[in-house]
Amino acid sequence: MLFFSLFKTLVGKEVTVELKNDLCISGALHSVDQYLNIKLTNTRVHNEQKYPHMMSVRNCFIRGSVVRYVHLPPGAVDVEVLHDATRREARGG
Amino acid sequence: MSLETGFASLVGTQISVITSDGKHYVGLLRGYDQTTNLLLQECQERVYSTKSGVQVIQNPGIYCIRGDNVAVVGEVDEEADAQLDLAATKAPPLAPIHH
Repeated sequence: MLFFSLFKTLVGKEVTVELKNDLCISGALHSVDQYLNIKLTNTRVHNEQKYPHMMSVRNCFIRGSVVRYVHLPPGAVDVEVLHDATRREARGG
Repeated sequence: MSLETGFASLVGTQISVITSDGKHYVGLLRGYDQTTNLLLQECQERVYSTKSGVQVIQNPGIYCIRGDNVAVVGEVDEEADAQLDLAATKAPPLAPIHH
């Protein structure tokens, strides 16, 4: 739940999602759901020469289960607050 | 796209699906559910290779893609898609997803 809440605070921010097949997609975070499925708008694929599959796609949905990393913009997350929140959750609320 | 993560606004439009085994399908979205199971009509598979251009395989009928195997669903800009020169596009096949 914690990371779902975290991602909800990042809606509208520019993020890069790295998939487990090494595809990297950048775009504005449009929405996220409980599975951490992600919707991006105004997407751009890194290394379009190698990955031309999404050249006609501007908005996309990424299934949470195939995400390896989400690169967040610096300054978008208050790390101290997140530290505390994760510790609290690990203790069981 | 709607505010929620469903595909309601995409039903009846062209979508692009990348599956976890690295296949790429483009077709008309006819249905979906909350586990990302998808129904695609008149869908074509685009097979990428570094040796020749993209090979397009037309599949008549309906494709049902199980949600587990879906990686990315893209909203296709049909104008931009029509401009693509698939025959001249060479690319290595996508790697499968390793969980």
